[in-house]
Amino acid sequence: MKTTTSRDGSAELHRLISLMTGDEKHSAAANSMLDVLWVLYTRVLEIDPENLSDPLRDRFYLSKGHGPMAYYAVLAACGFIDESLLTTWTAFDSPLGTHPDRVLVPGVEVSSGSLGHGLGLAVGATLALRARHLAAPRVFCLVGDGELDEGSNHEAIQYAGRMELDRLTAIVIDNRSSTHGWPGGIGLRFTTEGWTVDEIDGTDHDEIEAALADHPRLGPHAVVARVPRGA
Amino acid sequence: MDSMRERFTQTTTDLLDERGDVVVVLADIGVAGFVESGAVGRHPERVINVGIREQLMIGLAGGLALEGMRPIVHSYAPFLVERPYEFLKLSLGHQDVDAVLVSIGASYDAAAEGRTHQAPGDVALVSLLPGWSVHVPGAAEEAELLFRFAVARGGRHYIRLSTEANTTTVTTEPGRVVPLRTGSLGLVVAVGPMLQPTLEAVEDMDVTVLYASTVLPFDGAALRAHLPRRSAIVLVEPYAAGTSAHQVSAYLSDIPHRLLSLGVGDAELRKYGTGEEHRAAHGLDAAGIRAGVVAFLEGADQRGSAVR
Repeated sequence: MKTTTSRDGSAELHRLISLMTGDEKHSAAANSMLDVLWVLYTRVLEIDPENLSDPLRDRFYLSKGHGPMAYYAVLAACGFIDESLLTTWTAFDSPLGTHPDRVLVPGVEVSSGSLGHGLGLAVGATLALRARHLAAPRVFCLVGDGELDEGSNHEAIQYAGRMELDRLTAIVIDNRSSTHGWPGGIGLRFTTEGWTVDEIDGTDHDEIEAALADHPRLGPHAVVARVPRGA
Repeated sequence: MDSMRERFTQTTTDLLDERGDVVVVLADIGVAGFVESGAVGRHPERVINVGIREQLMIGLAGGLALEGMRPIVHSYAPFLVERPYEFLKLSLGHQDVDAVLVSIGASYDAAAEGRTHQAPGDVALVSLLPGWSVHVPGAAEEAELLFRFAVARGGRHYIRLSTEANTTTVTTEPGRVVPLRTGSLGLVVAVGPMLQPTLEAVEDMDVTVLYASTVLPFDGAALRAHLPRRSAIVLVEPYAAGTSAHQVSAYLSDIPHRLLSLGVGDAELRKYGTGEEHRAAHGLDAAGIRAGVVAFLEGADQRGSAVR
């Protein structure tokens, strides 16, 4: 994905986020996934803003729809939406709400906001690609560690493991926001069900890129990206 | 005669053979039928059994639909509609994608199983979500016709199958309400399997009987066309009483009218037994319907008896 900004992108993204929030302070939810989103869109995802319906594109599902300013900023920086839209954020007629709507925003693959819907959708999409014998596309789904509280995620984690969905990747942004935590670690919930897991520093762009690289796998892959608590 | 469910399984198996985009999504319930029909053997990637995971069942169907497939989701009504209700709202509707949901069990097919397997509120719940059509066939032949129509038509459809069925089939254009007999004292609308007890109940009454096997959207034009001068309407529904009452009233908002809704009551019976016993307990057997209609019509008819 070509962009007009620096490889790290942070200055540009913070400028774009400020168009929405109006100052330099951003919500924790927005910051926690900024680095992962930037690496996904600039180094990992095979998607073209000019051909959003290409069946061979990679799919990215933002399940954790909370704090989508970082998401909108990355979509603007990468040419999916016009930068001028950012100033309309949360207005009545704006396509940009505090939870993203796929019907309103080009490049947004799923509408989210209610936690625990993205992984099930991603499992279905992966199975559809398999049934259509489209082997190239990958399906990514980003969830939060607090979002994993929702039982629906565990239905999807269990089933994806049993079905060996090797084109599915879950990214867990871990800012330790789950009220009752995950004794033994988040990765354990995935490995038990037959997933491979990488646990990484969610602010290190090279680590993120390496964990999300396309390798032949026997089952689904999870990347647990630790970010600062409360980030 | 085969059951609605057997007809559904066979028709779905045929559709899997006919269309490469059709996918069946199950949560253990109904799997055996698709093994027996040969569908699992012939289309292992398009007959999906998620195990006992109903949120995933609907969410996964949404993902299939996002990728251009035509998902058919099948389970017991409480597990298809009530348990994953928010997934119908968000993983299907809010994503702007479609599926065909086909339930069994209805209001009291599972009489001996008790409350857990009964869903008299299913049609009311689905009706609250935008973009859904609801079909309530009264016989196996109608179930196949409506199901094939729903799959071919596109959009979101809920098809409510039941073991309770009429012994005769009414062939209708999908979506249309049809008149079966005419009278002058009132209009009785029977939904799906309520037709047979309704016809028996009003056999000697001077009333019009309409039959509806699609209740959402409701065929309001037919309702208006057949409304007698006295504008007394009785709605006989095999699920929560009054589920379609607001639609009927909306179509008649400019006409003074009276409306009686007969259907499954709100109270939890806490009884087992048979479907027939539950039907009678809710006043939906011929005697119960007759009593309701007579009281309703005679209450407004100064001439006296509704029975001719």
